Parts: sequence; structure tokens; C-alpha cells
Amino acid sequence: MESVNAKYVSQKISKTRWRPVSHSSLQQPDIFATGSWDNENNKISFWSIGNHGSSDMEDGFEGDPQLLCEHKHDGDVLDLQFLDQDRIVTTSSTGAVTIFRHHQNSETISVSQSWPRVHRYPCDNAPCTGVVCSSPEIVTVGEDGKIIVFRADQEGVVRVIENADSSTIHAVTYLRTTEILTVNSIGQLKLWDFRQQSNSPSQILSLSGDRVPLHCVDRHPNQQHIVATGGQDGMLCVWDVRQGSTPFSLMEAHSAEMWEVHFHPTNPDHLFTCSEDGSLLHWETSTHSDMPSFLQGGRNNSMISRSAMAPAGGNQSLISAWLNGDSSKGRLETTHMLPSQTLSVNSLDVLGQFLVCGTDGEAIFVNRQVPV
Amino acid sequence: MEELDVEPAITNIPAASDGKHLGFAWGPGDILAYETLYKASSGAKGSGCSFIHEVRKDEDIYSPILRKLFNESHHIFVGLQTIREDLPNKNKKPQFVSISKNYRSVIRACMEELQQVAVSTKDAKVSMQYGNQVSILLAIELIWNLCEVLFIDAAPAGSLLLHLLDWVRLHKADVDEKAREVLQSESPAEHHDYWDVVVSYVLQGRLEEARQMLVKQATLQPAARNMYKLMDTLLTKMPFYNPGGTQTLTEFDVKWRNWHEEVDRCLQDNSFASNRHLEIICRILVGDEDMLLDHKELLGTWYHFLVTRLLFSHPTVKPTELHYYAQSCMTMFLDSRNVPEPLDNILLAAFEFDIHQVIKDCSIALNNWWFVAHLTDLLDHCKLLQSHNLHFGSNLREFLLLEYASGLFTHHSLWQLAVDYFDHCPEFGRVYLELQIERVPLDTERKALKVLRICEQRQMSEQVRSICKIMAMRALRNNRLGSALSWSIRAKDAAFATLISERFLQDYCARGTFSDLDLIDNLGPAMLLSDRLTFLGKYREFHKLYGEKRFSEAAKLLLSLMTAKIAPRSFWMTLLTDALPLLEQKEVIFSADQTHELMFCLEELTSSLNITPGTDGSMQDEDIELTKVELLRLALARNLAMAIVKEGTVET
Repeated sequence: MESVNAKYVSQKISKTRWRPVSHSSLQQPDIFATGSWDNENNKISFWSIGNHGSSDMEDGFEGDPQLLCEHKHDGDVLDLQFLDQDRIVTTSSTGAVTIFRHHQNSETISVSQSWPRVHRYPCDNAPCTGVVCSSPEIVTVGEDGKIIVFRADQEGVVRVIENADSSTIHAVTYLRTTEILTVNSIGQLKLWDFRQQSNSPSQILSLSGDRVPLHCVDRHPNQQHIVATGGQDGMLCVWDVRQGSTPFSLMEAHSAEMWEVHFHPTNPDHLFTCSEDGSLLHWETSTHSDMPSFLQGGRNNSMISRSAMAPAGGNQSLISAWLNGDSSKGRLETTHMLPSQTLSVNSLDVLGQFLVCGTDGEAIFVNRQVPV
Repeated sequence: MEELDVEPAITNIPAASDGKHLGFAWGPGDILAYETLYKASSGAKGSGCSFIHEVRKDEDIYSPILRKLFNESHHIFVGLQTIREDLPNKNKKPQFVSISKNYRSVIRACMEELQQVAVSTKDAKVSMQYGNQVSILLAIELIWNLCEVLFIDAAPAGSLLLHLLDWVRLHKADVDEKAREVLQSESPAEHHDYWDVVVSYVLQGRLEEARQMLVKQATLQPAARNMYKLMDTLLTKMPFYNPGGTQTLTEFDVKWRNWHEEVDRCLQDNSFASNRHLEIICRILVGDEDMLLDHKELLGTWYHFLVTRLLFSHPTVKPTELHYYAQSCMTMFLDSRNVPEPLDNILLAAFEFDIHQVIKDCSIALNNWWFVAHLTDLLDHCKLLQSHNLHFGSNLREFLLLEYASGLFTHHSLWQLAVDYFDHCPEFGRVYLELQIERVPLDTERKALKVLRICEQRQMSEQVRSICKIMAMRALRNNRLGSALSWSIRAKDAAFATLISERFLQDYCARGTFSDLDLIDNLGPAMLLSDRLTFLGKYREFHKLYGEKRFSEAAKLLLSLMTAKIAPRSFWMTLLTDALPLLEQKEVIFSADQTHELMFCLEELTSSLNITPGTDGSMQDEDIELTKVELLRLALARNLAMAIVKEGTVET
């Protein structure tokens, strides 16, 4: 808890994202971007946490994120993704998708490309709720139920799937290079295969019965069939998209909407979730639990496992800990990562040992020692 | 009505020139002013100004730096509310003091940032604006700190003075700056501010630091060594009360009196007569009021004078005696040429332990409710306000919190903070919240969900319905039937769900296919919300069964839709037409009984249709209807025949 720094920034933060670090070097992340919402004038901002021994040390500001530059943003920033080291894609409540370029030499931001009002109704704008990109391809989803594909190097729109969903699509992620996964407000996961020309999903998975809206989705970084989602009731669901159309396991996590879920990119036994209830949770599955559970500390949440059967035909050693969940052995640990606070944690991002999150209390928290 | 305390402030509306008449409307925090056409008698319909002016009462709320104050203090406020009521007061006091300190440190942080910006900005106007805010915060912190000492900590005699000394030292920090300057000079003892610094230290009771400064002078004047040594002894020996120690207040008092007599003796036998500065210090130590007043410049304020005077004359002052000294010090210090300012009166009221006067004066003097609301809340938790009830609204605490929170709610972004404040106003908080929350503009679904969550957590079902309805209407307007249906299901709004189901059925009749299958196929228990929605779901189920060639199940479902009166009468013809292909199948699907029932349905429908025949509807439509009925009758009759034959045949 000591390594958590809060900085008040005078704007409600809707999204936070680390700038990717190059794979070749073992660099630490040092720059992150934030987007604001619900302000008269919204902004995207770049911050430095100053790992490279900057001059701020003697000011007693050690570790305090410093604002590098900011740029006006029309409408709420609803999602934010880095396209590469310098470019970042934002989606707006006005239905616009914009690519901003961060000029690192001059510490300025400029608009490099923009598609205004791509998500829209016949006579109104539709908020664009989510974006995922794998350079140069960009996929966005919106309240209008459309899926739109762009290319960063092309002006027009590459492909539109109209009526991809009858309700709002809340989030999107890549499953494989040609497949994406969307979650919607009636509790469904839909798989879309871009190799097929048809405008209908190749698979639909859903929570049985209760239709709880899903707000976020993330894919296991190594095992592409494992997907985690978070919904309105704060439940964490882990799915195996290869089998069954219902979630593999459901875990009680938060008492209100789960806004984001992220597997740790390099250590996927760890998972992070944040919620409207103002909490940020760190989940850890231990593949070998030699230690008795009472020594492991942290708060254990109740866990309901829907099906305990092992995936057929899978190599046992490759079965992810997430599909092995067994609460009786205390294999899953959760820890609260923020001091008590009441306002929603809207977004989080984790890279290496660094975690950043932003809240409706207009604070950014940076944790430099995530125990992974 | 209460008497007016001050003249109301005048705000000029720039665009409204003389002779124009203004109308206005109260908002929760702001006022809307607009020009009206007053000359009704002349009948002139002159073009009025088309602008509406928004008059803001509270500009501070829009300051980006003060927003941090609001956000951080919100967090402290919520923490304070969760302190358990049932703890004994003794255990709670340290918590209250620490919360009070937290509030003050937030103020100070904010102040420092404002100061930095004020210095670094090049725009003189902005700089002045920030400078003003700094001085306001400075005053707020000063008052808060004094209230903390007097009311919250409620220090008894002895430690009271120590707290007051800390208070003065904290707010008269320019001594340190001056001292640094002096010490950094080449020969500090000859610096022109040298003696000012020494005397200031003494005035603040920082005797250790004063001695260290004096050493520098003593080394320069070996001749006066004894005199400096004597002064050093006097300063070292001055007793300070130690609240944690074993010494009683009476013992301390005796010790102090001895010391005081010793200083007095030195003065009497002119020990320091040859050195003007040491003489001054000695006379300060003995509590000589005239000598203190000679150093008005160094004291700066009457309350510094008060504390210094108490330090050297009445170190064991009791809280109840404070007001007497405060009053006299203020009169002595300000004399005739200075009129006390609002701040002076507020501090005096505090010294008089008149909490309500402090709060009242602060409310008038300050332009925002932040300070009074939070301070009053804290004092109320300390049970210092219970005897006071307003003749309007609830109690003082709640009134001020409501005002503050209402102000926050007018802000496009800070409204979320206000919710927690309303939560902790037991009497009217909920009503305020109910009225305000419905008026939050909902630009995106995410924002709507956040507002909904607030309402749902507080069981505000009326507001939940209203928000869902707004969202459903918007979705409907944009032709997003699926979304609209989801929203009305969430609100459990049966009437609206019926309306949307109607639209789905209309679409189906017009196009022959269902839209938004992903939703309709997954209605689940939500289907039971309204009859029409149930019908929609079941009807779709029929199509699904039919598509899967499960004919007998489909037929059974279709029939039950009519016999159980789930299907609206207007839809029966469509259902019967749907039955046609089933009737025409080679194998018998409808049993004889079922066919009878179908026939009965058809007759019921046609008989009700015949009541209103030929209302100049086009003949063609009527013809089609008649043909349909004929076809159906034929099919039914044939099916009945087949069914009877089949049912009568003994399977072999």
C-alpha cells in the first residue's frame, strides 16, 4: 500500500493506458495516457512517472506523475488504446474515432487522423464505447450496435457490420488476428470471424437466464481460448470459448459494475479488475499451492464453479490455472489494491510491475510494486 | 424574517442595458436571468434580447485547483461519517483532531499549489485571482486551526497556551524566512534584520532559537559577555508546561512565578541597562504590554499580541478566561484608527467560544459553502452544536451541507461528490438527491448506468424508472428496439415493454422477419414482464420450433397462445394463417380436439369482425380477408376429417 501514489488531477478519469515498451529492451514503463469524461472540456493527457531519475527528485515530488502534455478531446473519452509507441486511438461519446500522435521530442500532441461520427443513428450521434487495435487495423464498437473496422493508413472505413448487436456493445477484444470478441448489454459474448463475409457472429456465448450486462472483456495472453469478462453485478466470469456456451466459472468480485478486467500481460496467473464500487482487485491463481491457504493472506472470495470437468483432449500440463479453479483448495486469492475509497475506479492498466488506475474521485493511482 | 447582516452584493448583467426589465429563475445554485418585454400596454412586440444569462453564485467551484480540495475533502468527509457513534467520547477525540488536521493539510496543499501558479503565471489578472484565493484559503486555515484548538481539541489550561503558540507560529512563518536571510549573510550579527529576528523569536516563545541567535552577537561583544550570559540563563530557565509530564499545573505556576520574579529583579537592578536590545527582550519577558505594543510591526496581528501577552503574563490561562484577554488585546492593538475586519470578528467570536457566531460570520464573509459545511459537520460530530435548531429546514449542519452539495450538483462533473453529502443529511438529503439526480444530463449509457447505480443503491425506484424510461425513449427514437426493450426490462416498466413489443410485432407483420433475434431469443424470465412481451417471446419460440420442424410442439404452442388469451385479438388472424401450413401437412398435426378449438377461435374472430363490416375500407382488403377465412375453414374442415379418421383408426 505504501507504494501507491495518488495524484489529484481535476478531471474524472475514464481511461488509463501505459505506453507500450519495446519488447527488445527490458525497459520499465514510464509514460501513460489518460482520458477524461464528463467535463465541459475533456482531454487526453500524457503523464510521466519519471523512472529515469528526472530533476524532480529534490522537490519531494518523487514518484508523483508529472503531466507531459494534453490535448482537447471532443466528448467523453470512452476508450483508449495505443496503436504503437507514438500513436493512440480514442473513441468518443460523439461517435468519433481519433488517432492522436504524441511527439516525444517536443512533448506535444496532435490529431493525426480522425473519423468523426462513424458511430451514429439516422439522426443522432451514437457513443463509440470500445476500441481494440493491432496496428494498422482498428476495430471499434458502439451503442449503435455496429462493428467498424478501420486501417490506420486508410482514410475510409474498411468494413462495417451493421446491426451486429441489437443492444449496446460495451467492449471488444481480439481473440486471434482475424477473430474478435464483443460483449453486450444483455450478457452475451459474440465471436466474429473477419474471414467470413457474413454479418452474423460465428458463435454466441451467454450467461444463462439472467441477462446481466457485460462491461469488459480480456483474453488470456497465451491461451487464446480463455476469456475473462466482468459485468454489471460485479461478477468475474471466466470462459472457455472452445466449449460450451456458458461461462466456465463465476466469481463474486465487486458489489457494482466491473468496468475493466485485465490479465497480466506477461504473468497471466494474475488478473486485475476494477469497479464502480471503488475497489481495485488483484486476483492470483497459484498453480501449485504448497502453502496452506491460511498463510496466504488476502481475502478469499466465495467462488462458484459451474463445471468442474477438465477440458477434453487438452494436455493437462497446459491447462490454465483459470480453468482449474477450485475454491476448496484456496487456489484463488484476491487482494484489495487501493485504500478505501468510495468513488468508481473506471480504468486500470498493468504492465510489468507497474499498475495505473483512474477514478471518478479525480485521482490517478500509480503502483510500482505490483507483486507478480 | 431575520435582519439583514450585510448589504447584498450587486452583479451587473452586461448585456442588459438600462431601462430593460429582467426576469429570472432560481436554479439550485445559479440564477438564470433573461430580458423580458415589459411594455405590455404599448403592445409593441419589439425584438427582445435572445440571450439567457447564467449568474453563478459560486465561481470557486470552477477553479481547477480548488476541485482537488473538493475531491480530497470529500474523501475525508466520508471517512468522518463512518466513525462509529457508540464509541465513548474519549476515544473519538483523537480521531476528530486527526480528521481536522487532514482537512487542514488538504487546504494547505491546495494553497501551496495556488501560490505556485500565482507566482508562475504571467497574466497579472490571473495572478491576482489566484492570489486572492490563496489569501482566502489562508484565512480559512487560520480559523479552522483555531477552532481545532479551542473546540475540537478543547485543550485545558496549560496546554491551551502551547497549542495557541503553535497556531501563531504556523501562521506567522515569515520569521523563518527572515532568519534564513540573516543567517546566510556574511556576518549575521551585523545584519540589519538581526534584532528583529531575535525579538520575533522571543515573541513567539521560540527561546532556543533566540538563544542560538544571541550567541552570535555575544561572541562579537566579549565585553558584554556577562550580560549575554545572564540573558541566556533567563531564556533557558523560562519554564514551559509539559502536559505529558508529572508536574501539576500549580507546581508549574509556582515555578513560572519564581522565574518571572527573577526576570523582574534583573529589570529592577538594571542588569541590561547598557544594551538597549537586551533591555527590550527582558521587558518582553516580563510581559510589559507597552513594550509588546511597541513591536506591533513584528507581531503583525492582534491575535499574535494576544498569545505573546498570555505567554509572558498568564501562561496558565483557562479557556473560559480567553475571551476577556482577546477582547482587550484586540482593542489595545487595533486602537482607534483600525476598524476590525471580518476575520478579526470571526477570530474574536471563536475566542468567545461562540461557535454559531463563527459559522454565521464565515458564511457571510466567504463566497462558498465548502468551509462552513465541513467545519460545522465536524463540530457537530464533536457534539458541540446539538442545542441549536433552525426555524427553517433541519439543523444547521444539514442546512449547510445541503447548500454545499446543491452547489456541487450544479457542476457538470462534481455532481458525483454531492451524492455522498446528501446521503449524510438524514432529514432532507434524500429529497434533494431525488430532485437533483433526475436532472443529470445523460449523454452516454455509461453515465446513465452510473446514475442508475446511485439510484438503485438507495432504492429510489421512481428515479430508476424515470432514467430507464429516458434511455428507452431515446433508443426508441433512434430505432434501436433491442436497446429500448432492455432498458424497459431493467426498469420493469410493463407499459413501455408492451409498447416496444407492439413495435416488434408490427415490424414482423410488415417485413415477415424478426429483427434483434439475439435479444428476443434470450429474454428468459424477463419475458413475463408484460403480456405482450410474453406473447412476443412465445411467438418467436413458435417460429423457432417450426423452423426446427418440431411441428406438433409448434402447433400446441400456437393454439395455446390463442386459447390462453396471450395473443392480442388483432394478431389472431396472423396466428391462424400461420396455422395453415401446419394444417396442410401430409401427416395430421392438430388433433380433432385441437382443430375444434382452432375453429372456435376462427368463429370468435369472424363474428367479432362482422360487427363492424364495410366501414368504407377498401373492398380489396376485405376480399383478401374473406378469402383467408374461406381457405382456413376449408383447411380446418379437411384436417378435422383426417384427424377423426386417424384417431378412430386402431393402430395395428
